[in-house]
Amino acid sequence: MLSESSSFLKGMMLGSIFCALITMLGHIRIGHGDRRHQHKHHHLQAPNKEDILKISQDERMELSKSFRVYCIILVKPKDVSLWAAVRETWTKHCDKAEFFSSENVKVFESINMETDDMWLMMRKAYKYAFDKYRDQYNWFFLARPTMFAIMENLKYFLLKKDPSQPFYLGHTIKSGDLEYVSVEGGIVLSIESMKRLNSLLGIPEKCPEQGGMIWKISEDKQLAVCLKYAGVFAENAEDSEGKDVFNTKSVGLFIKEAMSNHPNLVVEGCCSDMAVTFNGLTPNQMHVMMYGVYRLRAFGHIFHDALVFLPPNGSDND
Amino acid sequence: MSEIHFREMASKSWLNFLTFLCGSAIGFVLCSQLFSILLGEQGDTQPDILHNDPHARHADDNGQNHLEGQMNFNADSSQHKDENTDIAENLYQKVKILCWVMTGPQNLEKKAKHVKATWAQRCNKVLFMSSEEDKDFPAVGLKTREGRDQLYWKTIKAFQYVHDHYLEDADWFMKADDDTYVILENLRWLLSKYNPEEPIYFGRRFKPYVKQGYMSGGAGYVLSKEALKRFVDAFKTDKCTHSSSIEDLALGRCMEIINVEAGDSRDTIGKETFHPFVPEHHLIRGYLPRTFWYWNYNYYPPVEGPGCCSDLAVSFHYVDPTTMYELEYLVYHLRPYGYLYRYQPALPENIRKEVSRDYKKEDPKVK
Repeated sequence: MLSESSSFLKGMMLGSIFCALITMLGHIRIGHGDRRHQHKHHHLQAPNKEDILKISQDERMELSKSFRVYCIILVKPKDVSLWAAVRETWTKHCDKAEFFSSENVKVFESINMETDDMWLMMRKAYKYAFDKYRDQYNWFFLARPTMFAIMENLKYFLLKKDPSQPFYLGHTIKSGDLEYVSVEGGIVLSIESMKRLNSLLGIPEKCPEQGGMIWKISEDKQLAVCLKYAGVFAENAEDSEGKDVFNTKSVGLFIKEAMSNHPNLVVEGCCSDMAVTFNGLTPNQMHVMMYGVYRLRAFGHIFHDALVFLPPNGSDND
Repeated sequence: MSEIHFREMASKSWLNFLTFLCGSAIGFVLCSQLFSILLGEQGDTQPDILHNDPHARHADDNGQNHLEGQMNFNADSSQHKDENTDIAENLYQKVKILCWVMTGPQNLEKKAKHVKATWAQRCNKVLFMSSEEDKDFPAVGLKTREGRDQLYWKTIKAFQYVHDHYLEDADWFMKADDDTYVILENLRWLLSKYNPEEPIYFGRRFKPYVKQGYMSGGAGYVLSKEALKRFVDAFKTDKCTHSSSIEDLALGRCMEIINVEAGDSRDTIGKETFHPFVPEHHLIRGYLPRTFWYWNYNYYPPVEGPGCCSDLAVSFHYVDPTTMYELEYLVYHLRPYGYLYRYQPALPENIRKEVSRDYKKEDPKVK
């Protein structure tokens, strides 16, 4: 009887160990993980009205100019029509916007990454941006060509956030132990995060060019793993009511969902007033957003804003 | 004897082996369950955050489409904490607009419902006009038939109804379809320069057939109180015909006969405010083909691209329910924080004097 029970126990132990091994192997190399972070989901909120009122009138313009955002848009030749729309619309509001493409495209100016792989493109783009612009910009925003982004709302969100701290923001998703910013919502990195990222890009053990052992891992997850080694953690960006400001879907899609899920509160339950990004737009929809965001409004509604942003030079659609 | 002993031992080790296998299987399963609980991949669901919707409260409350007193624009949640709506509220009192929406029994739930949930609440008074009465919606029954050829007759009866019941309740009287989206504040800004005792009406002006032009039906049109009086009177005295299959053209002809002026509804830099299509059709160059009737109909030189449309647009047409809510979100909710709009038209003189203090405070002199 004793020998049976001991062999049963031995069996159980072996089974558990075997299972644990398999689980570990299947995951990306997370490293030693940070057991300090008990909180499952990192939330980051926009500043309060009280904080804003403390900023004096004179400081507004200076403050607004202190945010310098460099926009990275990763494109491929097939994205040409989206690329055109993005160029003609919201990127005019970035302090600088550059397009990083997989190969040279005659129609538009871009920086050739000479690779089709999204993670390689992303790495090279971040390295290029950091090497060239580390002294000129303090925030780096990465977008897909199907996105529409509102830079003014991004800067408002970043109010009171110190870029010399390691910020890594956007719409986050949890995958097992890893919380990462989805590329479909846009990725924001502070200059400090860029610094740390770039110091690891050359270390293949921490930041490999081919992450997953068994199958390919998406570029946004790979970025998160890399950043985690550098002590940079993803945070979900929300407004003062807890609504996401980085969105992976378009306004139209949100509205359609709202109409079937809560038809009595369609617009109020939809999206943040201070939304920064929407995704999944067609080129035409970008032009409509440009008009809808930067021009169309109701007369007689006036806002007390802490920041001041001027329209860009030489633009006729905003 | 050793054989039995051997068999005993063999069966015992076989049993041991079996229990070992069982143990490892159970251990494996338990462990994998434990891991999946600890590290389960959480699906990406954006939380359904619902907030108090004071706007909806206004509409559903008394089911009478009555807006007593002042619109509480500030009732919305903290998203609008920094918002000052004094000027909009002032105009609401000064420029009273009664809206009537052309609809029908089959469209109450399909289309008119979404009008009611969005822009209709911003009218000083709103009425939904149908061929038959609906006490629940509520909709006024005009006792006509339905159909495209009935539109003019419905229009005449609707204006008659408004004239007989609500003439003194408003200064201006707007007709819209159940697929028209209207921005009332911008309409009030446009009309604030004019006197409702003058015979004048506004809309998207078309040039054919009528010398002074006529207003597109779908884009919506708005009559001054005097214009409404003359229009209703014209049918009593047979100045205008009752029958026509083209509602907006017939109305335009009648307006000319009774000396109601076709006004210029463009903004102070010449951009159109009433639109016969959705924003996309006007903003995208080449969307409407060159052979389309529209290009020959516009009274003023038609423009496609960003110059098509005023920042202070009043209406869009052929707006489906989804687009209605999208426009509502873009106009009244989403905005670029701190952005200094290029087009900053002045307030009309009379309004400006009243709200001058607040207005000057909001106009940062930036060089």
